[in-house]
This record gives sequence, structure tokens and C-alpha cells, in this order.
Amino acid sequence: MGPTRNSTGLTRRQFVAAGALGGALVAAGCESAGNGNWEFLTENQARALAAICDQIIPADDFPSASQVGVLNYIDRQLARHYRRHRQTYTDGLNQTEELSRQRFAKEITALAADQQHELVAAIEQRSKAFFNLVRAHTMEGYYGSPRHGGNRDAVSWRMLGLQEPPTLGRAQYDLHQGQHS
Amino acid sequence: MKRVNAVVIGAGAAGGIVAKELAVAGLSVVLLERGKWYTAADCRKDDLRNQRTTVLGNAFGPEDEGNPRVRVDANGASQIVLPSEGAYSNNAACVGGGTLSYGAQAWRYMPQDFRMKSTYGAPAGSSLEDWPIGYDDLEPFYDKAEYEIGVSGDYSGTPFKGERKRPLPMPPLPPGREFSILEPAAKRLGLHPFHIPMTRNSVPYNGRGPCMRCRWCVGFACEVDAKNGSQNTVIPVALNTGMCELRTECLVKEILVDERGRARGVAYIDEHGHLQEQLSEVVVVSGCATESARLLLNSKSKLFPNGLGNRFDQVGRNLQGHHYTGAMGYFDFETYDDIGPGATIAVSDYNHGTKGLAGGGMLANEFIRLPIHMIDRLPAGTPRWGLAHKQAMRQWHKRTIIIMGPTQQIPSADARVTVDPAVKDHWGLPVVRISGNVHPHTFAIGEMQAQRAEAWLKEAGAIHTSLMSSRPTVVSAGQHQAGTCRMGNDPHSSVVDKYCRIHDVDNVFVIDSSVHVTNGGFNPVLTIMAVAYYAAEALVRSWKGTGLRS
Repeated sequence: MGPTRNSTGLTRRQFVAAGALGGALVAAGCESAGNGNWEFLTENQARALAAICDQIIPADDFPSASQVGVLNYIDRQLARHYRRHRQTYTDGLNQTEELSRQRFAKEITALAADQQHELVAAIEQRSKAFFNLVRAHTMEGYYGSPRHGGNRDAVSWRMLGLQEPPTLGRAQYDLHQGQHS
Repeated sequence: MKRVNAVVIGAGAAGGIVAKELAVAGLSVVLLERGKWYTAADCRKDDLRNQRTTVLGNAFGPEDEGNPRVRVDANGASQIVLPSEGAYSNNAACVGGGTLSYGAQAWRYMPQDFRMKSTYGAPAGSSLEDWPIGYDDLEPFYDKAEYEIGVSGDYSGTPFKGERKRPLPMPPLPPGREFSILEPAAKRLGLHPFHIPMTRNSVPYNGRGPCMRCRWCVGFACEVDAKNGSQNTVIPVALNTGMCELRTECLVKEILVDERGRARGVAYIDEHGHLQEQLSEVVVVSGCATESARLLLNSKSKLFPNGLGNRFDQVGRNLQGHHYTGAMGYFDFETYDDIGPGATIAVSDYNHGTKGLAGGGMLANEFIRLPIHMIDRLPAGTPRWGLAHKQAMRQWHKRTIIIMGPTQQIPSADARVTVDPAVKDHWGLPVVRISGNVHPHTFAIGEMQAQRAEAWLKEAGAIHTSLMSSRPTVVSAGQHQAGTCRMGNDPHSSVVDKYCRIHDVDNVFVIDSSVHVTNGGFNPVLTIMAVAYYAAEALVRSWKGTGLRS
């Protein structure tokens, strides 16, 4: 950041065009959710990150973080709005693997669930900035709008008992035709 | 480009009204707005990208790219901040300004709010002052704002209010579940609860339909255009006169001054990135407290080497917003009905009159909480992650109520906007630099307000509560930003006179929240609108007296 970030040389129009392109890519990404075509993450990074995310939001009667597309959400944003966090992710995932091998002589993906939990708790203490980002982004991907690739079929909203799509109050409106009264 | 009578800078709450009033009075007006014109179709219902929750950016401007600010922390260290970060103190950048996406609480300040110093005395080290105008001066214009912009609600439940000539033009929305829980509890405590006034249609009004009560309200543009802002009321009226031209995506660089020290127009960067000049006989600055101050400070010339209106180093000082505190209550029954906008009930019992406290603020229930807002609002002791966190989300999301309110801040001259000596925006213009803090007495008031909120929740049956109260170390201005171009009679301690005219330059006006001497214990928008109607009327009066023509 700093003064350099202000001199991209783009006109305002071009900014708009760049934004529209981003939108198109998001839409295209919807088609390939979760099949390993990551925009930023490597396949190994994605598997390790999925293990961390699933500790942050594990499965119970409702799916875990990775099961609803949280990895899609994070990967997409690391290629867009969260570009500035790429280094923190790369470093944090390296530290996670290092610690995993130190403690358990295995990669995080090969650990039992309780070992993964122990490891993530250790990462929370040792790599605070990384953990806090992953936690925030996991929550965003799980509880936020499905439009960004996470919260598939609005599953978390239904889990909370929220009607989705909401219909309350809409009887007086036909949103395609305009209001009746 | 053809010279016009008036250039108005900023198409927000105030700028929209001023443009309309001038155009209706027959002046030719160019209204310049740095953002775009969004419509109801741009609601998007994106809970991660709106004006309230900005983790993926602001939906209604400004973009993160190219619009940095600098924030100075309590230790004097400065840091670049982006528009989507809280420390930026963003409002919005679009036609309508904050009024496109706000929660739309439309409060009148109370008479005491205009004479805080006379009522309480100025705490040592503060810059607490009286306004040079009072509630009675603004009453007709509050009324005009309520009827022209359109306000629903009902003040009849509270004795704590200024005199008013007639009721609000629209009834309140029917009470939601939180209202039904909180109203009897407030009455048992001897309080006077009532329906929050809102610039939101509860019935068809002004040619648009009523609120559909969805969960995406504060932070979003209204999907059915039932939320009233300048973009769907006064600005269309201004344009329909044929006297006002709106130019969007135009960022004003500086106010141009002639050799006699009068403004001759503005230089701005248009939507294609080209530098343009728009000459005019009058310049009205309505860019909101942070950006209006920045523009004046960036308008340096031989006659005004420290910026326009800044001869006595007053521009940018007394920056304030509101100090929000309150409490969260957890219930063993469902309090959530999924009916927006959520905020419906308030009390003004605590705005004034507590011994030892210089003011207070209203308390109200909070807007509807989207799931993403709950992740850090679970009961104390809930783990931050893991199965227990997920289960707590399920347990509590529909069983909470938040009561909070805007404590009126005690201003300080050190809480200020300057322009950064090094950091520039995309166009090479020096950016806003925010430093200092409001007076610490503010926080003592806020802590008392949090306890009052907690007591109300407990009376309503909360089985757990947690206080929402902190002591920020830097002024937090945000969407309620105000105070940087104080209105006053003394040019040594204020920037504009009682009609919002800059002391130094007779054809430049600042008409927006910048002129607020103090910011009330309420959301400020209706006062911004009332001041805009009031100042525009004075401007038209002096225009017709030919005092402004050159």
C-alpha cells in the first residue's frame, strides 16, 4: 500500500470495466465450485486450509465449512478483495504444516480429528494474524451470502431457522411487475 | 463550460436539498457528485458488501482502490486505511450519499442539544459550545424535511422533545416482536418508549409504496424504494425544474478563487479523468464533514495559503460522530421475527438531565441482525470457533435483543481532519488525515448508557446480558461524522456564520454536517436536512437581494 497504490494509471472508466470483468469471473467460478480449479491456492494448500476451516466450523447435523464451499469463498477472495492477505495465508499454511510435522510427524490432512483440533488451537496462539484471518473468512464463507461461493444453498441460514428466500411482507409486491398498491 | 449561478458539491442529504431549493428558486445549478447514481435495482442484498458490513468493500462507494486515508493513532503513529476499514470513517460516495443506504432514523435534536455549553458548562479541555441558532430557528425546517422527504413514526409517547407544530406525515410501521417485548418493560421502568421516526414510507407516500419489511435494510439500498433519501425525493425534483444539472463521477479538486478573494467556481476531475472548470457565482460545499474539510484545505491560493476559510486554523477541528454503547440481551424465548427494519422502539429519557453528566443519548433497539453479525455477539465465554461456536449460533441467533444508542460526544479541538502531507488519492490529491479524540467525558456518559440499556433488557426478561461499551483511542466519525466547519459568530473559533457562509469568503457556503457545533444524542440526518433547508432559504434570500451576484 502507500502512495504507489494510487498510481495504477487506470481511468475511472477502466476501473468500472475491471470491476465488471471481476463479476464475470465470479459467475464463471460458480460452475466449477470445489473441483480443485483454484484461482490462488495450490491443491495442497487447499487441502490443509480445508482441514483448518473444518475445525473452525465442523460438521454436526449440518455441514462443515468445506462442505458448503468455504474454500471457494476464500480462494476467490484471495484472487480479488483479499489479495493483500495472500502472503499471510502462504506463510500461515507453511507454519501449520511445519508445526504438524514437528508435533505429529504427519501432514495436517493425515491427522486424526482430535490432533487437528490440537494443532489449530496451537496455530491460534502462534500465528494469530493468520488464524484470525482464516477464522473471519471461514465465518464469512459459511454465514455470508451464497453469491460469493460459500454457504451453498443458504444452508447456514436455514440452520439458524431463517426462511430462505424470505417471503415476509412481500405479498403486497410483485417484484417483477412493481407494487400493486 | 457555461457559467452558472451555483455549484453544489456533493449530492447527499444536504447537497440534494440545497440543489433543489436553489433550482426551484430559479437559480441555475450544477450538482457535482463523485460517486454513481444507484437505483433500487442495486440493492443486491449482499451481506458482505454493503455500507454497513464492508468486509468485501463498500457497495455504494468509495472503492478501496485509489481512495486511501491516513489515520493517526493515540501514540501518533500514522497508518494508511482503506474505505472498507472501520478506521476510515466512511459514509458513502453516490447520489443520495448516506441516505441511499442508511437505517433512516430521522430524529429532531432536542432544544438542549443546541445549547450544550449553556446547559452544562464546557468540561475542561473540551471545545463544547452552543450553536448560534436554536431549535426554534430550525423547527419549520425540521417540519419541511419531515414532509418533503417523508418521515413515519410517532413521538406522542415521549415528553422529551421540542415543540412541534404538527404530527409526522406517516404513522409508524406496525410493531414487531422486539417492540412488543421492550415496550412494557420500558414502561415498568418508568420510561417513555415510542416509535422511532424514520425516513421510510409506512404507507404510500410521495408516489412510492410502503416498506416491505425485509431483513436487508440498514446498509442496503431499498429494493422497493420505500426508504426516502435525497436520491428519490429532492434530487429528482431539482432535475425536473430544468434548472439543475447533475454530473456524477465528478470529483472536485479545488474551489477556484479570483484576485479579489471571491470564489469563481471549481476545478473538478470528470468521469473520463479530465480536469474541468465549472465557473459559478456561488459555491456550496456539501461533501460531508471529512471530505468538505479536505476540499477547503486543498483549496490553497495566494490569498488563502492555508486553505479556504482556514485563516484561524479552524477547518477540520472538532470532528465528531457518536459514541455508540449499549447492551446485548439473551432470552430463553424467540425474540426474532425476521421483520425489518428491526429498529422500532426508543426512549429519549436519558438524553439530558442526569446529574454529573453533560448530556446523554437516546436508546433504541438495534436493526435486524444478519447471521454474519452474530459471530462475535454470542454470550461471554462462548468459544470463538469449533462445534460449541456453531451450536451457540443456533441457540442464540433468534433469541437476542440489542439496545444501544448514540451518546452525544463532547467535542475536542484536537479531534480533527487535516490533509496528509504525503499520501495522495488516485488523482494525486492530498487525502484526509484523521487524528485526535473526543473529550473523555464522552466515555463516562457512554458507560452509563450501556448500564441503562442492560437494565432495560433485564426488565424485558433477558437471562444473560453483556455490555457493549469501550473507550476508543481515536475519534470515530463514520456515517454520523460532523463538526469540521463549525458554525459560529466568532471567526476565530468557527468556520461559517449562522447561515453557513464561510467567514472569509462571501460566496462560499458549507452546508452539511460539518457545521454542526454539537451532534445531538440522535442520528444526525434530519438535522442535516433541516439545516440544509434553513441555509438554502437564507442563501436564496440573499441571492434575491443581489448581494451575491458579481
